Amino acid sequence: MGSTITEKILARHCGRDMVKPGELINAEIDVVMCHDVTTTPAIDMLAEKGLRKVAHPERVVIMPDHFVPNKDIKSAEMVAKIRRWAKEQGIENFYELGRHGVCHALLPEQGHVLPGTTIVGADSHTCTHGALGAFSTGIGSTDLAATLATGELWFKVPETIQFRLNGKLQKGVCSKDVILAIITRIGVDGALYKAMEFTGELIDDLSIEARMTICNMAIEAGGKSGIINPDQKTIDYVKARTAEPFEVLVSDSDAEYTAVFEMDVTDLEPVVAFPHLPSNGRSVSEVGNIAIDQAYLGSCTNGRIEDLRIAAQIMRGHQVAPGMRMIVVPATSDIWKQANREGLLDIFMEAGATVSAPTCGACLGGHMGILAAGERCISSTNRNFVGRMGSPKAEVYLAGPGTVAASAIEGKIADPRKYL
Amino acid sequence: MKGFAHSYPRAHINTDEIIPARYLNIDQENDLAEHAMEDIDPDFVKNIRKGDIIVAGEDFGCGSSREHAVWALRGAGVRAVIADTFARIFYRNCINNGFLAVECRNVSEKIQTGDELEIDVKGGEIRNLTQNEEYTFLPIPEFAQEIIDAGGLLNYIARKVN
Repeated sequence: MGSTITEKILARHCGRDMVKPGELINAEIDVVMCHDVTTTPAIDMLAEKGLRKVAHPERVVIMPDHFVPNKDIKSAEMVAKIRRWAKEQGIENFYELGRHGVCHALLPEQGHVLPGTTIVGADSHTCTHGALGAFSTGIGSTDLAATLATGELWFKVPETIQFRLNGKLQKGVCSKDVILAIITRIGVDGALYKAMEFTGELIDDLSIEARMTICNMAIEAGGKSGIINPDQKTIDYVKARTAEPFEVLVSDSDAEYTAVFEMDVTDLEPVVAFPHLPSNGRSVSEVGNIAIDQAYLGSCTNGRIEDLRIAAQIMRGHQVAPGMRMIVVPATSDIWKQANREGLLDIFMEAGATVSAPTCGACLGGHMGILAAGERCISSTNRNFVGRMGSPKAEVYLAGPGTVAASAIEGKIADPRKYL
Repeated sequence: MKGFAHSYPRAHINTDEIIPARYLNIDQENDLAEHAMEDIDPDFVKNIRKGDIIVAGEDFGCGSSREHAVWALRGAGVRAVIADTFARIFYRNCINNGFLAVECRNVSEKIQTGDELEIDVKGGEIRNLTQNEEYTFLPIPEFAQEIIDAGGLLNYIARKVN
């Protein structure tokens, strides 16, 4: 019996030839990702327990992103503390404002994600990085402290569900629609504790960025990780960003899966997930008349350059509807600059949208776009829980970047395909 | 251990509801505790007594990895959470904090707010002293129990490292 890519990566990182689902292992961790919200508690814990030295400072990557540019004194103090600590520990990978970005967009963009590696991040959407063939999962602050202190972390080897995605997407349908459709089918705990391995003709066709959108939302089905076997696109993407060597591991053809999920995407329409769960997906043609107050384009799910291109193509020559507001947040500084060079930011601003600096801000109801009671937002983000983007009496509708743009133009949830 | 139940039988109570992100510029347990569960139940903090137990439906603690959710509940006085199932990261965070999370299927429909419960962790049994019922659960894995007994993952590691 063969192994899945997840089992192979975990086996190599605990010095074994093979591991099986259900086994408890201590795995060596190649990259530890820290952001502003979850890191200060870890720093305090380490100090309190006398664990004064980070085991491998060169494996730590820090990017304040949630409440930056700092929204208040408390959040400024948190980043100041992390900055001091990083300096004490000799951690050089610190992405300061201006070179910063939303962690899950920045980490792969800056070449920190390599196929075959283990990555943990104190953020639930760390599952994003499986798109490059890494085992990558979200953890809390205590796990973060433990990993910083020892360079390793305990895991139960997960069972894997294989998602075979066949067919080709219609014009105007994107990978966000695919993952929302999957979560709608299996539910927000449909892959609880499992590795979600995505494969098939659709995955082969998708760009690396579009694959990231799919793996990003594995956690919204309860998954431990999302993962995609690396191919030539993956290798090219990584080699363009780092000279570090890496080993490409892929699932064996006789690997064992706990379940296989098949979907043909040929007839898939753009999907909108209604409040208050990502699994409340409906085809855009069945949405009805839903008036919207705010459109949000950004986040670790859909704030990358391809997402901005999709939205800009739709918005070119149109205006944000009267009474409606649109916020565009390129996910990293490099994406911001690229979008600016391509004239995308002009298109958004001319349409009456506003463009902000990279931040997670509004996605989690932190700052830079909070919703009032009774307001509705169509958002390219990943969660629409009660209170997620502000007031617990606001509503969030999740969709792809094209649907967000079309909805901004019409002031209600709209089908992007008529603008293409 | 004994405590009184507070029943929230809904599924998918997520960490955004347990402690909203607008309070994530706070990292101290006592301060977080003032806002525990406030978007679900504005009276939660007022009604909870030290040692009480939350009883919830499936997938408790889904969403964000914020450990602040565990700290907010513990800071508010909650001694344990019993749920039909738990989301993965929240469950890990509970173990790592030495905070008791008991997975016991279908129990959320049976236990009512105000019921007095006794949890036998090692024996894998919840006794409902009010309704005179017993519910069994799979005991917590030995490795996780060692972490809990050590008072959390960091204590466990500090002992090995120092």
